Amino acid sequence: MSVWRIMGTETEYGISVPGNPGANAMLISSQIVNSYAAAMHRARRARWDFEEENPLRDARGFDLARDIADASQLTDEDAGLANVILTNGARLYVDHAHPEYSSPEVTNPRDAVIWDKAGEWIMAEASRRAAEIPGTAPINLYKNNTDNKGASYGSHENYLMQRTTPFADIVRNLTPFFVSRQVVTGAGRVGIGQDGRAHGFQISQRADFFEVEVGLETTLKRPIINTRDEPHADPERYRRLHVIIGDANLAEISIYLKMGTTSLVLAMIEERFMSTDLSVEAPVRTLHQVSHDPTLRQLVTLRSGRKLTAVQLQMEYCEQARKFVEDRYGSDVDDVTKDVLERWESVLTRLESDPMTLSKELDWVAKYEILQGYRKRDGLDWDSSRLELVDLQYSDVRPEKGLYQRLAARGRFERITTDERIRQAVDHPPEDTRAYFRGRCLDKYADSVAAASWDSVIFDVPGRESLQRVPTLEPTRGTKQHVQALIDRSRTAEDLVRALTEG
Amino acid sequence: MAADERGGQQHANRDKQEVEETAPEASGDLQERQEKLSEDVDSMLDEIDEVLEANSEDFVRGFVQKGGQ
Repeated sequence: MSVWRIMGTETEYGISVPGNPGANAMLISSQIVNSYAAAMHRARRARWDFEEENPLRDARGFDLARDIADASQLTDEDAGLANVILTNGARLYVDHAHPEYSSPEVTNPRDAVIWDKAGEWIMAEASRRAAEIPGTAPINLYKNNTDNKGASYGSHENYLMQRTTPFADIVRNLTPFFVSRQVVTGAGRVGIGQDGRAHGFQISQRADFFEVEVGLETTLKRPIINTRDEPHADPERYRRLHVIIGDANLAEISIYLKMGTTSLVLAMIEERFMSTDLSVEAPVRTLHQVSHDPTLRQLVTLRSGRKLTAVQLQMEYCEQARKFVEDRYGSDVDDVTKDVLERWESVLTRLESDPMTLSKELDWVAKYEILQGYRKRDGLDWDSSRLELVDLQYSDVRPEKGLYQRLAARGRFERITTDERIRQAVDHPPEDTRAYFRGRCLDKYADSVAAASWDSVIFDVPGRESLQRVPTLEPTRGTKQHVQALIDRSRTAEDLVRALTEG
Repeated sequence: MAADERGGQQHANRDKQEVEETAPEASGDLQERQEKLSEDVDSMLDEIDEVLEANSEDFVRGFVQKGGQ
């Protein structure tokens, strides 16, 4: 295995109406989703099919009783909030009090970047559309993770894994990786502590909101390793690792390395390649300490007694990954895996010697450079609201207002894809997963799709008494190779359903 | 402004990049290149100044979110 596997991202965007902090978050989130849906000019909007959802199933092998679950954990109850399934295979909907974009399933970190960035474009477009409705105040959207007043909202990663891998192996080998990977994947934050009470800069947006090592919760007592076991695929074969600890990234290299290095570490865990136990003492406290030290000198103590920095701990993983790929593939390694390994090593090496040279690659360093520039030029200290504003506005999705978006447009960031490719991904699905089937069906047979989800498309076709549910339990099927010809020659949904049931 | 170690380090690093970009230039023009670098950051800040929301204190105070996942 390599960096290739079924993966995807989910991002809850920060949302606000400037000048009206009391605006009803669910309502304005619905306005955003509905505005984008209306722009798609569809007579019918497919609903989400909840049949296969099990948000209370725990990877450790038990189900949480519904009556003791927090209401926010019942994500399978359709609250009647806005929801739309896009022709690129993604889901755009209201989750809690935020608009969320869940990317379609992709097979590699490069595509993960493309369809994650497509989500930013979709949010910016939705915000523009919402503002066109007469009498509506502008709604701003932010790809960040905290309001600096105690609230946090997530950007999750999902990785499909082999069911045979013991969950304890994942916890043991992944926890030290998650404690330390923020030095690469952090988005940077002005403010220390959940409510930002203490003044200063820290590497991660999310770190301070993590309170336990392992658990099922996502909205309270957030765990470093989340145990939600809802594979959206054949549960006998697969588990979906639901990663809730990441920051929402804007820099392409940050997203790419976040997805690529995590996938690679999971491959080593699945194949039991990890030879040393890198377990850390007090992982939650260490996670916070590493985030709070942008000089990267904070030492991490391993259970073995060894002390090293977070960058050095990442280097341990990187070195093992290099050996792993060499052992499995030699010189036959694919381009993406090779590129992820090379960039990972290069980034870690420079984090050790010259962190600020990464200001064109990593979000937290880019943000830190801007903030340090302001501190120097204007003599500002970390309690300055202007610095807090820079932190917030870095993540504004509007091309004319978002600091990341503006600097990126000026070519200030290294890239791994192009605007053209991202723009195409706004409307088109990945071609090598079941998202292709979902996206194409939503595009071609919109008026006949009654509902859809990650693992189904449900058709309402004339001449059939009941709805026709097409399960898509295998994420690697329903690809362009499998179904393009079938969809191309099926003029209507009726033709498609007939071909599927009779073929 | 308070002494700023990282600011200094940052300039030194960016200076190395500058050397690569303007390779034929002989070493020794350190100061000139540092100025160029700080001009680079300054021009970035100037651009950000133009788009930063007015009244930063009210703006960040008004950004209140409900918790999510």
